[in-house]
Amino acid sequence: MKVVVCIKRVPDTETHIRISETGTDIDTRGVKYIISPYDEFAIEAGLRVKENMEGGEVSLLTVGASEAQETLRNGLAMGADKATLLRADSYMDGLGTAKALAVELKNSNAQLILFGVKAAGSDQQQVGPMVATLLDLPCVTGVSSFKFGDTVVICRREIEGRVEVVEADLPAVLTITKGEYEPRYASLKGIMAAKRKPLEEREASFNQSGIRIEKLSQPPTRGAGRILEDGPDAVPELVRLLREEANAL
Amino acid sequence: MADVLAFVEQRDGQIGGGAREVVSAAAQLASGIGGSATALVLGGPGLAAAVEGLATAGATSVAVGEHEALAEYNPEAYLRVVVNHVRDGDFKALILSATSLGKDLAPRVAAELDVPLASDVTGMDAQGVVPLFIRPVYSGKAFARVSIDANLAIITIRPNVFPVGEYGAECHLSKFTPDVDPATWRVRVIERKDTVEGVVDVSEAAVVISGGRGMKDPANWGLLQELRDVIGPDAALGASRAVVDAGWRPHAEQVGQTGKTVSPKLYIAVGISGAIQHLAGMRTSQTIVAVNRDPDAPILSMADYGIVGDLFEVLPRMTEEIKALKSED
Ligand SMILES: Cc1cc2nc3c(=O)[nH]c(=O)nc-3n(C[C@H](O)[C@H](O)[C@H](O)COP(=O)(O)OP(=O)(O)OC[C@H]3O[C@@H](n4cnc5c(N)ncnc54)[C@H](O)[C@@H]3O)c2cc1C
Ligand SMILES: Nc1ncnc2c1ncn2[C@@H]1O[C@H](COP(=O)(O)O)[C@@H](O)[C@H]1O
Repeated sequence: MKVVVCIKRVPDTETHIRISETGTDIDTRGVKYIISPYDEFAIEAGLRVKENMEGGEVSLLTVGASEAQETLRNGLAMGADKATLLRADSYMDGLGTAKALAVELKNSNAQLILFGVKAAGSDQQQVGPMVATLLDLPCVTGVSSFKFGDTVVICRREIEGRVEVVEADLPAVLTITKGEYEPRYASLKGIMAAKRKPLEEREASFNQSGIRIEKLSQPPTRGAGRILEDGPDAVPELVRLLREEANAL
Repeated sequence: MADVLAFVEQRDGQIGGGAREVVSAAAQLASGIGGSATALVLGGPGLAAAVEGLATAGATSVAVGEHEALAEYNPEAYLRVVVNHVRDGDFKALILSATSLGKDLAPRVAAELDVPLASDVTGMDAQGVVPLFIRPVYSGKAFARVSIDANLAIITIRPNVFPVGEYGAECHLSKFTPDVDPATWRVRVIERKDTVEGVVDVSEAAVVISGGRGMKDPANWGLLQELRDVIGPDAALGASRAVVDAGWRPHAEQVGQTGKTVSPKLYIAVGISGAIQHLAGMRTSQTIVAVNRDPDAPILSMADYGIVGDLFEVLPRMTEEIKALKSED
């Protein structure tokens, strides 16, 4: 089965975020980049499909700056077979990204297209279902595990207060969340092999971004909290503050 | 006209509190751009009776699409009806709630209509020349103010953040029966199981009480449950990843980077150290309370109120005091 996994290069989630001088972007000096955590789950899910079926292929696809080659190599080191970078140097909103991906995916013959449920950083939760809609493919979001039927993929998703089992006709688009797919580490052998795997780079087809970041700022600071030191004896005071000052009870 | 459409979610034929937030956010935006707020609700037959509260939340009209096959959410069916409704109307904006349904539906609608989507908005400034929307990025470590250049602006709003307004009760109700053909669906729900019967989900609860490794043993969760029970039906239990990974609590309760993002009115972190990945999921909560015996735990520097002490002594006392407070009400 042919699987494509769309992944994004994002700042390490531990990174301290500073705002750049332009005020519309982050200061990237000293920032370490990683594969977005949910996209790692998606890669893992894709690799397991290949392992469980014969004749499978997992390719990775990203839209981003040339530096994203490194991100793709990391995914190849986990075990993917090949990768494509659609180069775009400026900011794209979710729809712009989805369109660039859709152009590439249209003729890919993929049976399964996997996404992370959301990209760390942009935190949009939108690119996957947008791509599916642009390609007119069935799509299930927030999938924690899946298996195959004859012509369908059967997905488990956990939503507010319930678990659903959802069946989608193939080919299909899934967005993967934390669940069964704890990502594997790249082995040394994998890292060596990744250097020789095919990695193509092309210009992304670029669309004007409809969403403009006017200003990026630090989160509003919370006033210094009130810390009560007396253990259980502080509880009556806490409860009073919660009711009278915070209006929270 | 510069009308704003609020897509209102029903569950089991009931309209939840989040629905009123969406309608009030639509009214807030509409007043900024000189129009009015109207709502669209889709569900099974008989739904029209449930939409009463939407008028006082700010809707001047409500369209109710009733069809047996719309009682439960199906992405393909809902997409068609919403897109047709938007095309038939004259709307400047569409607002949905950033619930799992909203996060599933909104991007599909945006792509189908070829307009961008601002997800998970927590604030807006509708008074300027162009409305600005505020959304947390980098898991809340920064806030972006964005403008949307399109003939229709689509946004999803984070639950529990937008206030519900008080408006006049004048509201026009219309019913319609959409064309729905389940035989064409390529995505089908084949099984549904409630996991937290009768209790609200952590992502929507007004109060979240989360336990971490400091709770020591899953058997001690009774202490958190008792506290939840005295706070009331709007309260839900959450958990840190450490206790989810240990198998003490289900993943559905995990708050943080790889769990749920919550913004309750009150977040109580018990025996949680406050790792950056945990903070990512709860830092936009309105009021944060932490109980931790370590005065240097990072969660205490994020908290509005903190108690330094042993949770096994503090929790029962909290339950007792809040119970006493509630019984006076
Ligand atoms: C990629 C990635 C994603 C992650 N995603 C998440 C996520 O989504 N959510 C999440 O929560 N974590 C996440 N983590 C894990 C995170 O880094 C922490 O390991 C985790 O949050 C710690 O859980 P904890 O606070 O319960 O445990 P600990 O860090 O062990 O903290 C326990 C706390 O309990 C206190 N305590 C102990 N006994 C008592 C007592 N008797 N009374 C009072 N206080 C007491 C201690 O002082 C301590 O502060 C992620 C990590 C990574 C690398
Ligand atoms: N620039 C990109 N290149 C490739 N895939 C992406 C890109 N941006 C987002 N995605 C995919 O879409 C998912 C959701 O991203 P988002 O909608 O931005 O939260 C991510 O987890 C990726 O799988």
